[in-house]
Amino acid sequence: MTQVSVTVDGVVYTDEVEARTLLVHYLRERLGKVGTVVGCDTSNCGSCTVLLGGMSVKSCSVLAVQANGSEVTTIEGLAAADGTLHPVQQAFYDSHALQCGFCTPGMVMASCDLLAENPNPSEQEVREGIEGNLCRCTGYQNIVKAIQAAGRAMSGTATSSTATSNTEAVRA
Amino acid sequence: MTAVDDRATAASSADGGPRMEVGNARRRKEDAHLLTGRTTWTDNMTLPGMLHLAILRSPMAHAKITRIDASEAKSRPGVIAVFTGQDFAETQGDIPCAWPVTADMVNPGHPSLAVTQVNHVGEAVAVIVARDKAAAQDALEAVDIDYEQLPAVLDMEAALAEGADLVHPNTTSNKSYTWVFESGAAGTGQPIDDVLNAAEVTLKRRFIQQRLIPAFMEPRSTVVQPVGEGFTMWSSTQVPHILRTMLALTVGVPEHKVRVIAPDVGGGFGGKLQVTPEEVICALVARKLGKSVKYTESRSESVMSAHHGRDQIQDITITARRDGTVTGLDVHLLANMGAYLRLVSPGIPVLGAFMFNSIYKFDAYRFTCDGVFTTKTPTDAYRGAGRPEATFAIERIMDELAAELDMDPMELRRKNWIRHEEFPFTTVSGMTYDSGNYEAATDKALSLLGWDELIAEQARRRASKDPVQLGLGISTFTEMCGLAPSRVLGALSYVAGGWENAAIRVLATGKVEVITGVSGHGQGHETAWSQIVADQLGVPFEDIEVIHGDTQSAPKGMDTYGSRSLVVGGIAVVKAAEKVVEKARAIAAHMLEANPDDLDFAGGNFSVKGSPGNSKSIQDVAFATFTAHDLPDGIEPSIDSDATFDPANFSFPHGTHLCAIEVDTETGRATIRKYVCVDDIGEVINPLIVEGQVHGGLAQGIAQALYEEAVYDAEGNLTTGSFVDYLVPSAADLPSFITDRTVSASTTNPLGVKGVGEAGTIASTPAVVNAVVNALRPYGVNDIQMPCTPERIWRALSEGAEKSSPAAAGTVAHGGASTSSSDGSDAAEGGRL
Repeated sequence: MTQVSVTVDGVVYTDEVEARTLLVHYLRERLGKVGTVVGCDTSNCGSCTVLLGGMSVKSCSVLAVQANGSEVTTIEGLAAADGTLHPVQQAFYDSHALQCGFCTPGMVMASCDLLAENPNPSEQEVREGIEGNLCRCTGYQNIVKAIQAAGRAMSGTATSSTATSNTEAVRA
Repeated sequence: MTAVDDRATAASSADGGPRMEVGNARRRKEDAHLLTGRTTWTDNMTLPGMLHLAILRSPMAHAKITRIDASEAKSRPGVIAVFTGQDFAETQGDIPCAWPVTADMVNPGHPSLAVTQVNHVGEAVAVIVARDKAAAQDALEAVDIDYEQLPAVLDMEAALAEGADLVHPNTTSNKSYTWVFESGAAGTGQPIDDVLNAAEVTLKRRFIQQRLIPAFMEPRSTVVQPVGEGFTMWSSTQVPHILRTMLALTVGVPEHKVRVIAPDVGGGFGGKLQVTPEEVICALVARKLGKSVKYTESRSESVMSAHHGRDQIQDITITARRDGTVTGLDVHLLANMGAYLRLVSPGIPVLGAFMFNSIYKFDAYRFTCDGVFTTKTPTDAYRGAGRPEATFAIERIMDELAAELDMDPMELRRKNWIRHEEFPFTTVSGMTYDSGNYEAATDKALSLLGWDELIAEQARRRASKDPVQLGLGISTFTEMCGLAPSRVLGALSYVAGGWENAAIRVLATGKVEVITGVSGHGQGHETAWSQIVADQLGVPFEDIEVIHGDTQSAPKGMDTYGSRSLVVGGIAVVKAAEKVVEKARAIAAHMLEANPDDLDFAGGNFSVKGSPGNSKSIQDVAFATFTAHDLPDGIEPSIDSDATFDPANFSFPHGTHLCAIEVDTETGRATIRKYVCVDDIGEVINPLIVEGQVHGGLAQGIAQALYEEAVYDAEGNLTTGSFVDYLVPSAADLPSFITDRTVSASTTNPLGVKGVGEAGTIASTPAVVNAVVNALRPYGVNDIQMPCTPERIWRALSEGAEKSSPAAAGTVAHGGASTSSSDGSDAAEGGRL
């Protein structure tokens, strides 16, 4: 067993873990952070994506011991303390960018990292940027739209509310 | 006759009140907890003292189990128990099949844990119970099993041949059933043989529906807690109600002692329309040990043991007059059941039987389907379930017929489809389509695509021998939704009905609970049902709570699949709301000292006709009912109501999908340039949700055309056994879609709705493949087997140029090294070949 100390969503946890413990299993099974989910066993689906030191990682591909001394942000820690959604979460809500919601935690966290690197991505840049996160429900169209809208909202370049533009896109 | 947009909104027609919620792009009630990680996926659950299961699965496609030694596994750290099929041989029963499609259908039985023989790779053979999941998985390697290998049975035609190796020793053939429909015998059209014999033009094609994996994002997970004589099961399922009844029958626990809960469920697409071996195993182990247990599959386990979809060989014959009028359609399917019959396996291809004729007017039709056992994972429902296969075959062969007759493919369709003034129309397969307007949807789609400009560009590229050719593909489709009228299901030998139930409770404070028997897992029922009830009762959207997915709190239902939730379940909600209003009317009349017949109900208020100021809200009535201090004599103090709705007919959404695709003739890569769909799904409750359903459906249908295939090697190993090898498309693999709608309201339900969950998947696959073939037809290519990978396209181009052989054969999908060619080399009899 190895001792790890990790700050997860603003709280410091110190635990003894088996060296083989994956970060995602540490989050889910030891810390109860079940908002982060496991969708595959080959690092393809991206459902388990979290931020590690501000960068997105697939937490199934990181050992818990590798996160020692680091700061982890999961989907559970993304909204503000008063419950206000992060702009990416809000954009996903406004754009109907989720259906079953299983890929959503990973998709949202990957989007945060994408927008940190490129605040105003083109459609193609978004599509390539989230290539490592699979969604089976949405066909990605509304996810792409949401990420672009979140980018505009975060960089203060939103020209109209997401809701308005989205309503227009949906022909009655 | 139906015209486009010829109908008032459902809400206003239902209660005469103002339109408020139905039709609005409401953001979803479901989203908040999903967006913040406050989810209740089954795998998130932990119960006191809960044990964890790991399942040992067969590495062999076909083998006898000659010895199992679990003693070492039992001694591993943390292991509580190990069970094999022998331990449950007397108690596990068989996985139920609810659809014996013919009286003589062969069902060899399906143990949850294999007892003496394994029949596909991934079949469960032993289960480890341990204190934690890692300990259970660690002990898997310590179970020692001797297998005596049997020949794999992979190719359907070989499986049916004389002297073939048998999958099951207790059968005499690998054929499960033959199901036949013939229009002459059914009285729905002329005798097929007469029409085939008299044909001026006959065209035959073989199409391959490759095997697909539903690939819901949440792996299946089950938790079982023993409770008294029975148990409570949480499971990642689409069908908690069906599961409850079937579990009771399978493991021999009285139905009223079984409770099933579907908490947050991460997608299904038919893949969770099942009673799974894993669910039965969890129930057996929990009861045996008297402890709560959890099993969650890995993705690799999921892709080889959760049921697959499609996998048909389709031999299609179409006949026509030389002027392009179609006359006869003769369909013969080989449908791969895999190793076992699961819940509705045999019925899936039969669901397509009524859809091959699609929107076209045939004189005669025959459908014959042989269900075949192989040593592959069982097949069952996958999004569309029988109808994508039918739509693909008819839309592909219409293009081939157009090429044969040298006609424009859209012109051929127009010449043969049901015109909008001909509705209602009873087809050659006996379905009565209530409404539709194929002309309107098609015209809108052609305009949105810019068809004429793209045709001109295609001509330029062809003339200049551009290495990147442009193809245009059409799919004018219909589907049958709203499963299903119970009488029809009875006639098809299904063991249950197709009704749906809803209940509405109006609480003392005027808030409303809606209990629905459908079980959502991404569809947005909570939002849409709230919109419906808000209009029906005139209460705020926010004041409505939708309760579902627990057989204790939502006790009656038939669950979610077959685009039925709105068309059947939503109508049950309307019927329940109507009963609430009628019960409230009597009490409101008493409060207003008026005759009930003199009351109007609009916008949530009962008012005396001609005296609108004299009114009581439904919340007023609810409170008066709660106190019950002053109710009319003989009236029960409740306005709560429930309703069970059995549809009189299916609904028939339709639409026109058009695909423009660029095919690089040097690399074989096909890239969708523009995709347009105009769907007619009748009235729309929430356009935002509808758009989402269409997008996701398109992605799955396009994935069948271009990306996905479950491939077995010659020994019966699933070589696409993880997400590394099974290509679920990413955002970078798909385009943005241009979607639009026409509205021909359904005339068979009060909301005018038709269903949308499967439309995109059903329609899109042939549109894409038709586009690829259209691009390559000048090169002598008239088919590409799905998925149309760069390799297959490149090979088709090479072979087409060298040998005028028009097809691209499969790789190893159908029986190891043997390939099932879909070539049309024997195709034309009476055409121009």
